[in-house]
Amino acid sequence: MSTLKVENLNLHHGLLHAVRDVSLKVESGEVVALVGANGAGKTTLLRAIAGAHRPSSGRISFDGRDITALPSHRRVALGIALVPEGRRLFAAMTVEENLLLGRMAGRSGDWTVERIMETFPHLEARRKARAGTLSGGEQQATAIGRALMSNPALLLLDEVSLGLSPLAVDRLYESLARLIQSGTTILLVEQDLARAMRVASRVVCLREGKVVLEGETAALDRGAVTDAYFGLGRQKVPA
Amino acid sequence: MINTLLQGVLLGGYYALIAAGLSFMFSVMGIINLAHGSLAVLAAYALLVLAQNYGISPFLGLLVVLPLMAILGLLLQRFVLDRALRAGPLVPILATFGLSIVIDNALFEFFGANTRSLGNYIGSLSYDSIALPGNIYVGTLAVGIFVLAVVVLVGLQGFLSLTPYGRAIRATAEDADTAGLVGINARMATAVASAIALVMVGLAGAALGMKGTFDAYTGASQLLFAFESAVIGGTGSVWGTLLGGIVLALAQSIGATISPLGFLIAGHAVFLAVLFVRIWLAGGVAGLLRRRA
Repeated sequence: MSTLKVENLNLHHGLLHAVRDVSLKVESGEVVALVGANGAGKTTLLRAIAGAHRPSSGRISFDGRDITALPSHRRVALGIALVPEGRRLFAAMTVEENLLLGRMAGRSGDWTVERIMETFPHLEARRKARAGTLSGGEQQATAIGRALMSNPALLLLDEVSLGLSPLAVDRLYESLARLIQSGTTILLVEQDLARAMRVASRVVCLREGKVVLEGETAALDRGAVTDAYFGLGRQKVPA
Repeated sequence: MINTLLQGVLLGGYYALIAAGLSFMFSVMGIINLAHGSLAVLAAYALLVLAQNYGISPFLGLLVVLPLMAILGLLLQRFVLDRALRAGPLVPILATFGLSIVIDNALFEFFGANTRSLGNYIGSLSYDSIALPGNIYVGTLAVGIFVLAVVVLVGLQGFLSLTPYGRAIRATAEDADTAGLVGINARMATAVASAIALVMVGLAGAALGMKGTFDAYTGASQLLFAFESAVIGGTGSVWGTLLGGIVLALAQSIGATISPLGFLIAGHAVFLAVLFVRIWLAGGVAGLLRRRA
């Protein structure tokens, strides 16, 4: 069964045609990495799937249901949770309050504040701290925890390692590895190509809003992805 | 002197009560509701109609009027504020200003220019007093309104910090887009907030009508007192609102003992002084606006 299906999606930011005719599938239990240079449309695509942007044309369906017109909070209720770029925590609220907000979608599941604390042990000490006072790594863990609290069937991760120290990134990906083992479906945007190819089973490369390369991680070599990434043309790029 | 201060503090309770709804709506929705005072007067008239025509005590009348105010809040949010907000930051101010004119003149049309009061319908409560040591008497009603203000403010604080709906409203106030991505129905959260604000307006209207007199155009002065209290106390916390109300009322009470005209002048003077200090501390008007944004 296909979990997420994006068909011929187009999206404009004013005059900018940010996503061009993108089709994409994420099967249940898969980890798919969305890679590409800055401005390739990765974040826009992710936000469109989460419901933060309205596409100009195309269709997004989830578990066979057309969700193109659904507002974002209804998509969370169906099991799509986005960890937005830049964390976007509620800075005036505590870590625990931020986590509890994930509960508002009303999805049942086994994620509790306690389990988030077990997954990200360094958050325990900052439980009652305001989110605005956290370090980058702690903020990112809280943002992921907030998304997990809605018990998502599909987790969208947008540049979770951005602005973190290498140590914090390692820690984060250790926690993510545990999530992946537990069978969570993940679509992630990652700048670090090596890391993306290590965690993902499939890679989709975007350039200027278009899918230029797609394939199983095991079958792709880094050179081919890098070429597609920068558009070096060693490989035939579909127009 | 102690008497003056005490009466001032109790009047401050009323100001805090009427300011609570105004500052709540501003902090949650970013709307300065210029129809705030007129809506309070509308609630007072509704209680008057129930008392006059159906013999329902204003206290029982609240059981009818407060739910109606909540529904009015939902409708207001859905059909006026939500649309106005999407059209830009200035439009809600114009829309609520227009609404206040409509309400004031509709009330004038229905009820005429006579000054009214709910005082006749609450038995001896309008003149009962409590004796305090030192030969000081305070009005039972004034104490009641002060206590109500504290209960409303503490209740609001508790609701916002301890309940899931309160958290959703705070999250929506901070960042409505992200609230949606977390699974919060932002539109629902602001509608609930608007209903709560209007219930507080209804309580303030009841207090206004019981403690004194009102007519169709009383709304503007009540809005002014609410606005001044909110600015003096800041919109960040409920205790700020209470403090703002008390500071305004103390200034007015002390001003009144100096000269009969001093009541309003002293209140406005304190308001302006606090406003200029706030602007100066924020580094100019631009700084103050930036902090809000």
